[in-house]
Amino acid sequence: MRELEYPFDARLIIRKKKSLKRRLLEEEPKRLKKNIAVLGGSTTNDVVDILELFLLNNGIEPVFYQSEYGRYWEDGVFDNPVLHSFQPDIIYVHTTNRNIAAYPEPSYDKSTVDSMLKEQYKHYETLWSRLQEKYDCPIIQNNFELPYTRLMGNMDAYSYGGGVNFLTRLNIFFYEYASSHENFYINDINYQSADFGLDKWYDPFYWYLYKYAMSLDAIPTLAFNIANIIKSIYGKNKKAIAVDLDNTLWGGIVGDDGVWELSIGNETSRGQIYMEFQQYLKRLQTLGILLNVVSKNEEENAKAGMEHPGMVLKRDDFVSVIANWEPKSVNIVHLADELNLGVDSFVFIDDNPAEREIVRRQVAGVSVPELEKPEKYIRAVDKAGYFEMTAFSADDANRNEMYRKNVQRSILKNKFMDYNDYLKSLEMEAEIKPFCSIYMERIAQLINKSNQFNLTTQRFTQSELEAMSKKVECVTLYGKLKDRFGDNGIVTVIIGMQKGEELDIILWLMSCRVLKRDMEFAMMDTVVDQCIQNGIRRIRGFYYPTAKNVMVKEFYHTQGFKKISEDDAGNTKWLLEVSDYEKRNHVIKIKEN
Amino acid sequence: MTREEVYIKLLPVFKDVFDDRRIKLSDQTISTDIVGWDSLMHIQLIAAIQDEFTIEFGVEEAANFKNVGELVDLILKLI
Repeated sequence: MRELEYPFDARLIIRKKKSLKRRLLEEEPKRLKKNIAVLGGSTTNDVVDILELFLLNNGIEPVFYQSEYGRYWEDGVFDNPVLHSFQPDIIYVHTTNRNIAAYPEPSYDKSTVDSMLKEQYKHYETLWSRLQEKYDCPIIQNNFELPYTRLMGNMDAYSYGGGVNFLTRLNIFFYEYASSHENFYINDINYQSADFGLDKWYDPFYWYLYKYAMSLDAIPTLAFNIANIIKSIYGKNKKAIAVDLDNTLWGGIVGDDGVWELSIGNETSRGQIYMEFQQYLKRLQTLGILLNVVSKNEEENAKAGMEHPGMVLKRDDFVSVIANWEPKSVNIVHLADELNLGVDSFVFIDDNPAEREIVRRQVAGVSVPELEKPEKYIRAVDKAGYFEMTAFSADDANRNEMYRKNVQRSILKNKFMDYNDYLKSLEMEAEIKPFCSIYMERIAQLINKSNQFNLTTQRFTQSELEAMSKKVECVTLYGKLKDRFGDNGIVTVIIGMQKGEELDIILWLMSCRVLKRDMEFAMMDTVVDQCIQNGIRRIRGFYYPTAKNVMVKEFYHTQGFKKISEDDAGNTKWLLEVSDYEKRNHVIKIKEN
Repeated sequence: MTREEVYIKLLPVFKDVFDDRRIKLSDQTISTDIVGWDSLMHIQLIAAIQDEFTIEFGVEEAANFKNVGELVDLILKLI
């Protein structure tokens, strides 16, 4: 919904909150339901209401618990049967500098201030560790915004007795906790308030009237940021960019102006603007965002433009370059297929408002930032929260590389007449083992991101996975796959539950980048081996249809299962007698310890 | 701005905030006349009115009007 995308009109959202919610609930029936506990150090009602809008807009339907006013600490630390039975999926701690119990006096020396800092920090650390113990779910914690007033003026920043100094140091304690604890995320209100304008952020009117720690106008900004963190936790981030060339990556039109007239590079101000935008995209690529070109151009013109010496982005920085005269909506759908991604994983960047509108209308789910002047392109992409990060794995850094190698593999594929010969030529080697903690983060990421090759689309947090991997009745397996072109890392995950002589496979998914490599057969062989070891005689499989997983509808059939039931919604159950199974993987070598 | 003109701008604010196209306002309208006008919605109403008329209420004023008539008096005083 446009009203809830950056740059949103905060006042409009506040005024039309009710009708926005009504309209959101009317559309898109399939949403992820999540219980979100909000522990507030000030009033949280509107935070919750507006957060709900942003989450609904991202396909997440929240149910909220709110602590008693100001009792974030007591409600979190002590036994709380209501919160306990609520079973939060996420806990958000909404504290601000209104909750700072004591500030140092200007005359205090460093060691006195240090002990005050420690005491303040301990207060929060106690809360977090109790929450983690009791509820074992992701925690989102505000840091502190800068104080509104500065007793000593600028010296407040560098004197240990200054309020600015105190809060800045306290924030660093928070960051250290965050960087050494899994499942713990900081909502950076320090940045948000600065960006919003500290003077506008603090509005005594709302504090004295209703005990809101910030202006009502600032709440959409706050809620937008919390929603970005939550959607990132549940893998709803954007994964790829489709970018236009003329007047988007460079100034000018290559087909009309010729390569040498393009503005790109350090020589002119206009060239610098586009160069910086390219540098920004290049940095997004290091987060694992896939870059692609979708341009209306003759292919040779596009190629010639991309060879301009001022280009920061080179041909190899892009996974795919599409330059033709087809509608861009068609090209994006095609590109999504090629990369095995959903169209809703894409951000489409184009200076032309007409192209943007067509893509918005024709391809549901693609995000399309409003671009104005080229010097503001970076801002439009950066502030929209498309690529909010909550974890960063080595896989992310290598993703572009892996996709490019996939393209190389498909070139090789064309050389072979027999597909099996091709698979053998890849010299694949797999490691298939029970979950172990060093891979848990990647496993959680995969579980929460994969939509297409996913039989049940069950999502689990990292802590839930840790717990499962310790249970004897749980059969967990991850699969890593290497080949002559490189290491794909962990690409597939299975979770089964043993019930006597039966195993229920509650989760089976695989990354689409290793589709048709027989990895699923290698996994199944291992599942069966495990069953034999554990005295399991029958395996049950389940398929639950979603908008995205139709590719695995008949998956269990190809694995040799028999369908035993199907309901009206298309949910199917499958059964395999272990004794009937014959091994199917003949192309992947399985690594023994 | 006349009293009537204030009402013409005020009514759409009420309709948006309470998401109800049927709302009618008069000097005698009180919070219990309008479905959903509780203390939580009051703050949004206040915010939207301040925004619509580009005015700022004082903390006391915002909390203490008895009916819509008094609200309109207050708006007339501030614009």
